[in-house]
Amino acid sequence: MRSESNKVLREAATPADVARWRDDFPILQETISGEPLVYLDNAATTQKPQSVLAAEADYYRHTNANVHRGVHTLSQRATDQYEAARGKIARFINAAGSNEIIYVRGATEAINLVAQSFARPRLKPGDEILISAMEHHSNIVPWQMVCEQTGALLKVVTINDAGEFEFESFERLLGPRTRLVALTHLSNALGSIVPIERVIELAHSSGVPVLIDGAQAIAHLTVDVRALDCDFYAFSGHKIYGPTGIGVLYGKAALLDAMPPYQGGGDMIRTVTFEKTEYNELPYKFEAGTPNIAGAIGLGAALDYVGAIGIATIAAHERDLLDYATREVSAIPGLTIVGSARDKASILSFTLAGTHPHDIGTILDHRGVAIRAGHHCAMPVMQRFGLSGTARASFALYNTRAEVDTLVAALHQVTEIFQR
Amino acid sequence: MSDLRELYQDVIFDHYKKPRNCHVLDCANHQADGFNPLCGDQLTVYLKVEHGVITDLSFKGSGCAISTASASLMTEALKGKKIDEVEDLFEDFHHMVTTPEDAPHPELGKLEVLAGVSEFPARVKCATLAWHTLQAALKNQNQPATTE
Repeated sequence: MRSESNKVLREAATPADVARWRDDFPILQETISGEPLVYLDNAATTQKPQSVLAAEADYYRHTNANVHRGVHTLSQRATDQYEAARGKIARFINAAGSNEIIYVRGATEAINLVAQSFARPRLKPGDEILISAMEHHSNIVPWQMVCEQTGALLKVVTINDAGEFEFESFERLLGPRTRLVALTHLSNALGSIVPIERVIELAHSSGVPVLIDGAQAIAHLTVDVRALDCDFYAFSGHKIYGPTGIGVLYGKAALLDAMPPYQGGGDMIRTVTFEKTEYNELPYKFEAGTPNIAGAIGLGAALDYVGAIGIATIAAHERDLLDYATREVSAIPGLTIVGSARDKASILSFTLAGTHPHDIGTILDHRGVAIRAGHHCAMPVMQRFGLSGTARASFALYNTRAEVDTLVAALHQVTEIFQR
Repeated sequence: MSDLRELYQDVIFDHYKKPRNCHVLDCANHQADGFNPLCGDQLTVYLKVEHGVITDLSFKGSGCAISTASASLMTEALKGKKIDEVEDLFEDFHHMVTTPEDAPHPELGKLEVLAGVSEFPARVKCATLAWHTLQAALKNQNQPATTE
């Protein structure tokens, strides 16, 4: 038994469990430069289990038709599967209903949607949007764009040297002109978990709505949007073992109802005349055009897969890997871990003295170890720590301690090559 | 492993750890900034061009072993070269780092130590950043050069 950060005692996954999970992911059989693939770039995108691959293939083999259109059998079947996936998503994050689940391309599009449809019409010059210093570019740039359009100002909550969200800075910055708080749930560059429960509570006490960027968190932390009481929650399917090109914007129905559509086109209308168009109801109002039907069904299959194992079980396994990896790499001379928040998940960002992350990435790749090297689309985080980039290993349910050992051995090789 | 040795040769480490001509050039009459958005590497190339000849050049910036060594080697290779020779040289260099082949490149002299890059397509941009920036400097473009 092991104690998790959420204080729930839970049986950890056994090596046999992990071996069984690994068998579900065909890509893990690949070899790179003759070495078994050790995939540690899960924060960029996760691999897909057989059930997700099959769901997409089966859709195209047996179901393919447009949704919400035809009277024929396939169209009905496609619509049923597409909407069933929406129901699975709603249950996965405990939304009040499927109408609060908007299909989008990914977390990026979800945030842009809220910036343009929710924030833009409400913002006046001098109003403020609050983000943090550890946001991904996708939770910075959409707000800069809407600030430029409206004259609003972007305010940035600071982080400390450990990479932790500074709540006092948030309390100071939350003011009478704050119109929206937009924060990551789990930092993609540092692995820090943001105390969003407290953030939401305080923001709501001032009547300020909160958007959570859950792109990283969704595969690693339990997300219950009603318990959190967040106003919007954005995530991408491909970071939770689903396909690319499909993602979710959760929004409270009352807020979504009051927002104008994001894009115009088919499916988002009830009636169209040249004089006046009446928009469709939620969630279709925000889903113009033929959607990524196979992607949505694939995402539904991915959530079934994750749900069957359980996020808490996955989180406990990843916690064990992160703790083990943190311990093991700390012994490597010249290695510095970037991001040492007390509350952390799945991400190990580091630098090696005298060695650029890009060179680390190339040498590790030669041993079959896939990591990310660079700024992780979070350049302000790198600037905060005075770095041009880091190397980042990020864990998923199918990773093992043996793979961490391979990573560590490969890192020793990097130091050997660079110290000669 | 042999590919890795081919990529990380001693000469490359030497130029990474002790880059040549790595400073601001006060007398420069051309300069440009280069940026690799993929990894965040950035450098500035400075040139002193007189009567169509590069009489002095230097660079300043931060990058990986490959991009730093490539910039350092480039500054050594181009000092004293006519600017109309630069384009051909870059073309040969680009061909070498993008084409996996065994044919030697005597015309490239010391730059040949970067031939191993051709086995690592993800690193071509590192090896060519300094050269793209040099071209921008020669054209006196105000826009930073990128590897994209």
